[in-house]
Amino acid sequence: MKNQIDIQITVPNQTRYLSLIGRIGENMARELDSFPGDRVTLGHHINMVLTEALVNAIKHANATDPNNEVHIRINVCDKELVIRVYDNGQGFDLDLVPGNGCPDPLNEKGRGIYIIRSLMDSVVYKKANGGHVLEMKKALA
Amino acid sequence: MNLKTETHGKVMVVVVREERLDAHNSDELKVEMNRLFESGTKDLLVDLKEVRFIDSSGLGVMVSGYKNAATRQGSIKLCSLQTQVKSMFELTRLHRVFDIYQTIDEALESY
Repeated sequence: MKNQIDIQITVPNQTRYLSLIGRIGENMARELDSFPGDRVTLGHHINMVLTEALVNAIKHANATDPNNEVHIRINVCDKELVIRVYDNGQGFDLDLVPGNGCPDPLNEKGRGIYIIRSLMDSVVYKKANGGHVLEMKKALA
Repeated sequence: MNLKTETHGKVMVVVVREERLDAHNSDELKVEMNRLFESGTKDLLVDLKEVRFIDSSGLGVMVSGYKNAATRQGSIKLCSLQTQVKSMFELTRLHRVFDIYQTIDEALESY
């Protein structure tokens, strides 16, 4: 595949790394000159979904254990951007998260997966490598 | 978290002096808003002009402040949202919940 990018990052299970990971994804997206749309907006969306997925892994899947690690892999080819966020915790059931509808605005929690689903084309949570992976895809062409 | 609190008449203004409002730092804003409401503040204005990025945790803290204000017969308003921050309020329909103003002067004139 042409223009293949493969970025792999592992960070401790701590929210202090959200900004770093989000910025890496945002900067990478802004460099995708084959993307026909607005790359600034794409960069913001990638920052957003990386942040939400990491928080999900840190707080829900890895049970807030700072000794755990979160592994992130970003793949880009001409037609698709794929982000995978791996956790080694107990996981959660994506099917139990409310569907594509917008959560009640007065709820303080529960917007993370809704935001990811809104900004990406497909979202799957499945078992992988003895833990789980949240796989998020975005078409680029 | 870098927060600046200033009084404009009866309105307490909290300026969030951070580029990001996310799961790492947003609890500190929640604590500060709670402290202000508990110390008698009725009308709170949150100035987000320096915030370029807000995640679901940051949005949740705003909702928490909104509910806290409502239970105390107070109010919370927002001003100076950057484009990307505004887009997240719109995506989550929170722009229908909050009174949002383009500038701090416009917000202060609304009281």
